[in-house]
Amino acid sequence: MKKLLVYLRDYKKESVLAPLFKMLEASFELLVPLVMAQIIDTGIAQRDKGMILRMGGLMIALGFIGLVCSITAQYFAAKAAVGFSTGLKHALFGHIQKLSFSEMDTIGTSTLITRMTSDVNQVQSGVNLVLRLFLRSPFIVFGAMVMAFTIDVKAALVFVVTIPLLCIVVFGIMLISMPLYKKVQAGLDRILGITRENLTGVRVVRAFNKEEAETARFREGNESLTQMQMFVGKISALMNPVTYIIINGAVIVLIWTGALRVDAGYITQGEVVALVNYMSQILVELIKLANLIITVTKAFACANRIEAVFETQSSLAAPGKAASAGVAALNQNAAAVSFEHVCLTYKNAGAESLTDIHFQAKKGQTIGIIGGTGSGKSSVVNLIPRFYDVTKGRVLVDGMDVREYPLEELRGKIGTVMQKAVLFKGSIRENLLWGKEDATEEEMWRALEISQSKEFVESKEGKLDAQIEQAGKNLSGGQRQRLTIARALIRKPEILILDDSASALDFATDAKLRKAIREMEGAPTVFIVSQRAASIRYADAILVLDDGETVGWGSHDELMANCAVYREIYDSQFKKTEG
Amino acid sequence: MKSSKQKETLFKVLRYIRKYWFYLGVSVLMAAGTVALTLYVPILTGDAIDLIIAKGLVEFGRIWDILVKIGGAIALTAVAQWLMNVCNNRMTYGIVRDIREEAFRKIEILPLKYIDSHSYGEVVSRVIADVDQFADGLLMGFTQLFTGVVTIVGTLLIMLTINIGITAVVVCITPVSFLVANFIAKKTFHMFKLQSETRGEQTALIDEMVGNQRVVQAFGYESNAMERFDEINGRLQKCSLQAIFFSSITNPATRFVNSLVYTGVGITGAFLAIRGGISVGQLSCLLTYANQYTKPFNEISGVVTELQNALACAGRIFELIEEEPQTPDAVDAAQLKEVKGTVELEQVAFSYTPDRKLIEGFNLKVKPGQRVAIVGPTGCGKTTLINLFMRFYDVNAGTIRVEGKDIRQVTRKSLRTAFGMVLQETWLKSGTIRENIVMGKPEATEEEIIAAAKAAHAHSFIKRLPEGYDTIITEDGGNLSQGQKQLLCITRVMLCQPDMLILDEATSSIDTRTEIRIQKAFAKLMEGRTSFIVAHRLSTIQEADIILVMKDGNIIEQGNHESLLAEGGFYAQLYQSQFAV
Repeated sequence: MKKLLVYLRDYKKESVLAPLFKMLEASFELLVPLVMAQIIDTGIAQRDKGMILRMGGLMIALGFIGLVCSITAQYFAAKAAVGFSTGLKHALFGHIQKLSFSEMDTIGTSTLITRMTSDVNQVQSGVNLVLRLFLRSPFIVFGAMVMAFTIDVKAALVFVVTIPLLCIVVFGIMLISMPLYKKVQAGLDRILGITRENLTGVRVVRAFNKEEAETARFREGNESLTQMQMFVGKISALMNPVTYIIINGAVIVLIWTGALRVDAGYITQGEVVALVNYMSQILVELIKLANLIITVTKAFACANRIEAVFETQSSLAAPGKAASAGVAALNQNAAAVSFEHVCLTYKNAGAESLTDIHFQAKKGQTIGIIGGTGSGKSSVVNLIPRFYDVTKGRVLVDGMDVREYPLEELRGKIGTVMQKAVLFKGSIRENLLWGKEDATEEEMWRALEISQSKEFVESKEGKLDAQIEQAGKNLSGGQRQRLTIARALIRKPEILILDDSASALDFATDAKLRKAIREMEGAPTVFIVSQRAASIRYADAILVLDDGETVGWGSHDELMANCAVYREIYDSQFKKTEG
Repeated sequence: MKSSKQKETLFKVLRYIRKYWFYLGVSVLMAAGTVALTLYVPILTGDAIDLIIAKGLVEFGRIWDILVKIGGAIALTAVAQWLMNVCNNRMTYGIVRDIREEAFRKIEILPLKYIDSHSYGEVVSRVIADVDQFADGLLMGFTQLFTGVVTIVGTLLIMLTINIGITAVVVCITPVSFLVANFIAKKTFHMFKLQSETRGEQTALIDEMVGNQRVVQAFGYESNAMERFDEINGRLQKCSLQAIFFSSITNPATRFVNSLVYTGVGITGAFLAIRGGISVGQLSCLLTYANQYTKPFNEISGVVTELQNALACAGRIFELIEEEPQTPDAVDAAQLKEVKGTVELEQVAFSYTPDRKLIEGFNLKVKPGQRVAIVGPTGCGKTTLINLFMRFYDVNAGTIRVEGKDIRQVTRKSLRTAFGMVLQETWLKSGTIRENIVMGKPEATEEEIIAAAKAAHAHSFIKRLPEGYDTIITEDGGNLSQGQKQLLCITRVMLCQPDMLILDEATSSIDTRTEIRIQKAFAKLMEGRTSFIVAHRLSTIQEADIILVMKDGNIIEQGNHESLLAEGGFYAQLYQSQFAV
């Protein structure tokens, strides 16, 4: 919680003024019993009607000032709380975006979503309440005690015993229930995950007639969430009755003490009324507090979860300073990309995914990467834009270790097209602008042309402004792939990575695509990861992988002559048809 | 208009409450008990104070008796309060559970059209965030509304027995606070709705950006995403501030009215006391009641704003729950049994949007055991056919018949069981590998699972995972490669041994050596069974009995590999292109 408080920094004024005005209001409220005691002891005793009316007027005035103070306080509190959550969400979103692939793999999307939405909302309500009430309530409680002292020290001792007792109960219940609320939020994560899965996998769920089973799974998660909520609710439900007993017990003692004191002639009857009034004011405050304590406890639990996200640091060590321009100039002749004895072990994985990969790609070359499923093809190309860090060896781009580049600069050089064709809700134009923010209409069409998507974009109503639904659901797989390729091409990257990204294209389109890329101005260094021998056959060099190890490196002809694995792959696709 | 919709929502909520009538009854009873006792205590206190008159005029014996009574009352109150709280808890969370479950059930029967056209984040926000907010509001409503109302009635009665004049003063002033609260509540309802909508929008963006973080990072789109996020965030800040601030005015405003009441009671009471109408003890008692009487107004008005918010959320949930579900199976829908694999399409027409025609006048006859391959340039409607076979979407015109039965006349369940489907879009649920494999056949034995995995060539990589078949995979497959995910999806179908098979680019991410082996396994599996294969790799489809060449939603060529090559048409052109440079 503490760490999150920095987001209140911009609202210092508000976060000080809100409780201040609340306290002002509270002080005026505390004066009321005194005024009333005056009415009883002086007004009634001396039958002074004018005095009673004057005191009445004073009470209304106090009430009005209280109103003004309170509204001011509410405004500041709301402003600070909303501002706080806005800032917090901004920072959280920024932080999540910085997390590397490894962290994303382990944390999971759903929980990040709950944390950014539900959890932040809870914290916001918490901050709002704390600003408004958590200072007001103790203030009234202690204020009431102080006022009691001004009336009679001995009688006030009852307050001194009662208040710490109340504190123990309130904070005790908070401490016990806080971890439980954390569990509740985790339960919420779970059912959010299930809901999300059922939306993304709706076709599979229905194809396997799993609706009932999935509903049962949801019900189970929902049920355990409910049980947890009820359990924690039961504990919180203790708050009210226990405080009620303590306070009213104190009232009993107070009356008895009062009786003794009055009997001894130290205090008056009116003062006993005032003392009892103060005690009931404390009760009123505490009842309010108890009703809100759930919100605050929840807020604490949620704040912890948010903090946990902030504490997850990107495993990619801080990239070097942007001094690379000079270095790159020095390395004009360096290879565009070179791998030096690279090994990679994924987090939490037992075995190495890549072992001793060593090769060089010169500027403008096309490199093909081929190998069986799970042989590490994608892992190789994922290292170039530094989506993951190598565990041994190093990867150089333009002669410099990728770990020394500022990430933005490194990734700016590279156009990546991933296996999974992801597009975003919005127009085609907006999706293309991902690749290059200031791309002109001309550049867009050029990229579409190269990626073989010009034709279908032209046939769409609105052309570049045609709307794409979330995840590109209104396009076919091939269309999606071609648009993602266009998106990568538009920035005229120095290095282009096609990670099995033409798999949904027919051969004719695939061939045309490769031809167009080769003829592109600026001649990027191209990495083509593919299952198809045809796609990489004409590459300048081909890397053949098997189980994370290099089993071949060279041109098609060389590999045909001396690489058994490559020959086998090639034959599996061509022998029958040619023969 | 608005308030009538609110009322409607309220009635719907009441329907859910009905089931918990027992808890509701206990809760109300306990509320009444609590209130009665709470009100009784000040009377006793007042009595006690009247016995403390001045120095030497204190009746300790009677005070003691009264204090004992107070003690008993306190104990009873505490118990009643606790019971009430527990009942309210059960009720609230029970209702919320029911609503959530119903919302989820709805998701399972919504037409795909709805799911395909709504962002996941938004739907998720309804099921999770809105329901959560609703729970908070409802709980507050239960705990404070009953006691509030009962307190008001109770105090009024007691005050009447003490002094009618003063009670009249109280009754006249307090409704003002209701008016104020009502006014504010009305004004803020739409603000809360706007807030809730903007939140939904934000969740959708978060879902998209965080869900596709890889792409975001690859394109260095972080700052743009941030910008878009901030724009929504800014709007949300504005409307949240409004909603929260304006709704929070209620409390101070009603409190002010309360202080008016208190003063009114004080002055009239004092005047009465001067005339000897009431004792000081009674006045003290009346003052306490005045406080206790107005307090619930205060709370109720607070609760009303909270309930407003809750209702706005509930409204959004009900929108989802009441969404038109897919056309249910016909009452007399038959079970599709003993499927041999005859599939006929007759004059089928379909389009996703009415203004863009896709498939028209489509005819096809497939005999049992035939292998049908569908090829064509991307975007020609191949996948759409599968949507229709599986009845994810219904045809606009014409009929699809399986075993001579219109698929709209058989149960979806039996239809889908007849087909085994592997899609290009791999989808795995979070859980163990085993759980994912047995999706279609939960009762499968270990041997069957391993046999299926071996046939799909998934066994060797599964074996190498840290926990083998019990390795837990995270959301959407986590660290598995696209190809490995596909192998798992294939294993899933292998295990089911379906009557018919649909492969939609099912092997696109698998290397060709493995693919050939898998195909052999499939071929064995599919012997004598009808299968539909959508593919771009022509090597995959050469051996098909029928090859449908599609373009722009129509079949332009039909035949087998040899005849189509001989024809020298579009297929031949496609085929040659794979050898092109």
